[in-house]
Amino acid sequence: MSPKTLYDKIWDAHVAHQAEDGTCLLYIDRHLVHEVTSPQAFEGLRMAGRKVRAPEKTIAVPDHNVPTTEGREDPAQMTEESRIQVQALDKNARDFGIHYYPVSDIRQGIVHIVGPEQGWTLPGMTVVCGDSHTATHGAFGALAHGIGTSEVEHVLATQTLIQKKSKNMKVEITGKLNPGVTAKDITLAVIGKTGTAGGTGYVIEYCGEAIRDLSMEGRMTVCNMAIEGGARAGLIAPDQKTFDYVQGRPHAPKGAQWEAALNWWQTLYSDDDAHWDKVVTIKGEDIAPVVTWGTSPEDVLPITATVPNPEDFTGGKVEAARRSIEYMGLTPGQKLSDIAIDTVFIGSCTNGRIEDLRAAAAILKGKKIKDGIRAMVVPGSGLVRAQAEEEGIADIFKEAGFEWRLAGCSMCLAMNPDQLAPGERCAATSNRNFEGRQGRGGRTHLLSPAMAAAAAITGKLTDVRELM
Amino acid sequence: MDKFEKLQGIAAPMPLINIDTDMIIPKVFLKTIKRSGLGVNLFDEMRYNADGSENPDFVLNKPQYRDAEILVAGDNFGCGSSREHAPWAIKDFGIKCVISTSFADIFFNNCFKNGILPIVLPQEQVDTLMKDAEKGANARMTVDLEAQEITTSDGETIPFEVDAFKKHCLLNGLDDIGLTMEKAAAIDTFESQSAQSRPWV
Ligand code: SF4
Repeated sequence: MSPKTLYDKIWDAHVAHQAEDGTCLLYIDRHLVHEVTSPQAFEGLRMAGRKVRAPEKTIAVPDHNVPTTEGREDPAQMTEESRIQVQALDKNARDFGIHYYPVSDIRQGIVHIVGPEQGWTLPGMTVVCGDSHTATHGAFGALAHGIGTSEVEHVLATQTLIQKKSKNMKVEITGKLNPGVTAKDITLAVIGKTGTAGGTGYVIEYCGEAIRDLSMEGRMTVCNMAIEGGARAGLIAPDQKTFDYVQGRPHAPKGAQWEAALNWWQTLYSDDDAHWDKVVTIKGEDIAPVVTWGTSPEDVLPITATVPNPEDFTGGKVEAARRSIEYMGLTPGQKLSDIAIDTVFIGSCTNGRIEDLRAAAAILKGKKIKDGIRAMVVPGSGLVRAQAEEEGIADIFKEAGFEWRLAGCSMCLAMNPDQLAPGERCAATSNRNFEGRQGRGGRTHLLSPAMAAAAAITGKLTDVRELM
Repeated sequence: MDKFEKLQGIAAPMPLINIDTDMIIPKVFLKTIKRSGLGVNLFDEMRYNADGSENPDFVLNKPQYRDAEILVAGDNFGCGSSREHAPWAIKDFGIKCVISTSFADIFFNNCFKNGILPIVLPQEQVDTLMKDAEKGANARMTVDLEAQEITTSDGETIPFEVDAFKKHCLLNGLDDIGLTMEKAAAIDTFESQSAQSRPWV
């Protein structure tokens, strides 16, 4: 047998049909659905008189639009349009008989946090969702990627996707990380190196000692942002940590099925002599705590650096950098650690898991946020929130001056009332710093949860190592 | 789905790189449960001032580009979210073809599902087309999908590549779901085999 990558193995196990030109029908094991990208797909099914082919493999949860304040079960708390979308999802989930976690359910949360938490996401699966950050689930060694609404409808109707295979890219992070450096810094550093189009046409497998050393939470953070690097998906080979995380979750296999699954999962790794179309290697010790200065996730620099000069770039990036720096209200040469912020947002499918909250709380413990800073924690799911309350982390946040919210996407994309005002500057643990992403005219600096906590204390972008 | 065969129209130049889906259609307009009507909000934050008035400097607000049907764009167009609202807005505005050096993967696929042809060309040729587009409304470009050829207003022809299956679907306005339904037997077989080999799924 010819050597294969992990991606090759999962792909081969899911091809239901292959046409002569290489176009495949890829079978989908899990389909996650949220309220923003699905209404038109369900409408399409109804109009064509079609059913959901595999409702037992389809899971829906409202997350993008939901308020994160107490009393939100009351529909009056939502804007008219959000209410229409959430109610449409309620109805579609019921009419088509798919698994559903409404806002009133403690298991509700961001779809990419709920899937793994409930054991829906398992190694070796194909997982799709009408959301680009589906890449998160790749942390389990699942082939997971975002799709558009037409494809959502296609998967609902046929449980397959029409796909052509991507190329294989290996991103290896060797050695150990330095103190203060986290999974978020790894994933941002990779994008800083490869650019936001560096992964276009590829599925990335992250490997190397620094990746192996990460917890499952950290691995999810890394894979989450594969899409910001342009890749179709990011993957990490499953290992004992993966199996330990999965075992016992509500929808994980049990008994003899667990044994059978484990047998297969243990074969899911890239063979030594497998072919890679592209390889990127970064030394773990070369990665510093980073922040973004611009409006593209590739605009990444160590916190110790200064705002670049547009003239330092070449080609189309010169104009893009000029535009970014103007939008962000910065001056070339300014120290990143001198940038004062107005707001701190901790949450999102990138960094809304328990480990992220623990990391931020470790910095905040016994401290207060700077006067005048608006700071908000939005746990990724109701269960993360409950666990943080049990561990006393919620109290640390509250005593420091953070708002302690209910689960949802919240200010990651500001479709609910949590938004930045024009010119407001935010240190955010989310994944996109695009113009207007967190509110029209809002300015976003991406960073890790520990760095976000440090910024909340000092009121400016701060090297977390100074507070450790 | 609408067929795409041959298009002769005005091309608007947008040389900015990394135009993301939030720029194409900001999330405030994602709250619809319909596919139509998004064209007025295409590029909303660049196209309109905070008070709702038009920004006269934005390319699609210039008289010569208001009826553009082709967009010539900078590198990595459509990066960011999977929102199909982006191609819906582009289509609703009247743009049927986007040309760039590269596209984000999901956006690229979403275009084909909506009768929009995204064309990838090397930098040099995108530069040629960008210059042609900058000439304004009199410079009509022709995009011929069957022949896989773009003709500039000066008559220069530039060939392009397109996936054979996607081309076939666009030319004939075929709906993917219908096509896949024809292969239901293969899906049934796969499903029953995997119920044996991977019963935990
Ligand atoms: S948290 Fe942000 S990135 Fe993640 S699914 Fe929600 S909106 Fe998308």
